[in-house]
Amino acid sequence: MDARLTCRTASGAILVLLAAAPAWAEGDRRAAAVPLLPRYQTECAACHIAYPPGMLPPASWERLMRDLPRHFGTDASLDAAAVGELSQWLTAHAGTYRRVREEPPQDRITRSAWFQRKHDEVPASTWKLPAVRSPANCAACHTTAEQGVFDEHRVRIPR
Amino acid sequence: MVISLPRGAFAALALSLAATAQAGTPAELAAAYAAQAGAPASAERGKAFFATRHGREWSCASCHGAPPTDPGRHAATGRSIAPLAPAFHPQRFTDAAKADKWFRRNCNDVVGRECTPGEKADVLAWLMTLKP
Repeated sequence: MDARLTCRTASGAILVLLAAAPAWAEGDRRAAAVPLLPRYQTECAACHIAYPPGMLPPASWERLMRDLPRHFGTDASLDAAAVGELSQWLTAHAGTYRRVREEPPQDRITRSAWFQRKHDEVPASTWKLPAVRSPANCAACHTTAEQGVFDEHRVRIPR
Repeated sequence: MVISLPRGAFAALALSLAATAQAGTPAELAAAYAAQAGAPASAERGKAFFATRHGREWSCASCHGAPPTDPGRHAATGRSIAPLAPAFHPQRFTDAAKADKWFRRNCNDVVGRECTPGEKADVLAWLMTLKP
């Protein structure tokens, strides 16, 4: 019997829906389930959404955290204590499953093969919309990106 | 139970609370930058510094908006940035370490070096003139 039918409570229904949702990659459930480190939210998510750590392999996170003063064209440097805490957490929760194991060019999530395949129907004009601007701006279309949920049924492409 | 304290004790407590609250105000931070610079700040200079590009791709306004009384947008990621002017976002410039961290990084991006205490004093002086 479908687990959804046995569900009686609202919270249970939400959990089942999340679990059954199409994923951004294999292992999405695990990635989305990782509670975000408070420091990750205050430091990293000041400039971009809190990308789920499972979207990059450990080696990519390590390189990114070693090179924060030159972080995709901006100085994102932090003190040593913050870098240590964040690196440890990111590598501990990094993606290790098949599709994320491969290190993407420039350690960009958006250059990952799975990311490009998932977005191959998005026309070039959409990426250039003023409300989108960058493929790194997940929340422009993924309405629940801030919660780590990239279910395609929650995608709303801005006009 | 009611604890009875002499009036002087309340006054002293109120004074110490007020001193604590003042420890992280934009005005105090502005005064500290001006003291480091050894010169009074100029809001006019700060306004120009904020709006101008300094030989690189971005100005302060590229992300913080012009004027920075509304939310800005990160020039690279599109991330919304809370208003920078303290009258429009009361947490701004209430934590010296946080302000220093962001000045250091953002000045590197905009100017290609850290800002001088005088530049920080000028920008903050201007931001404090922006009122609803």
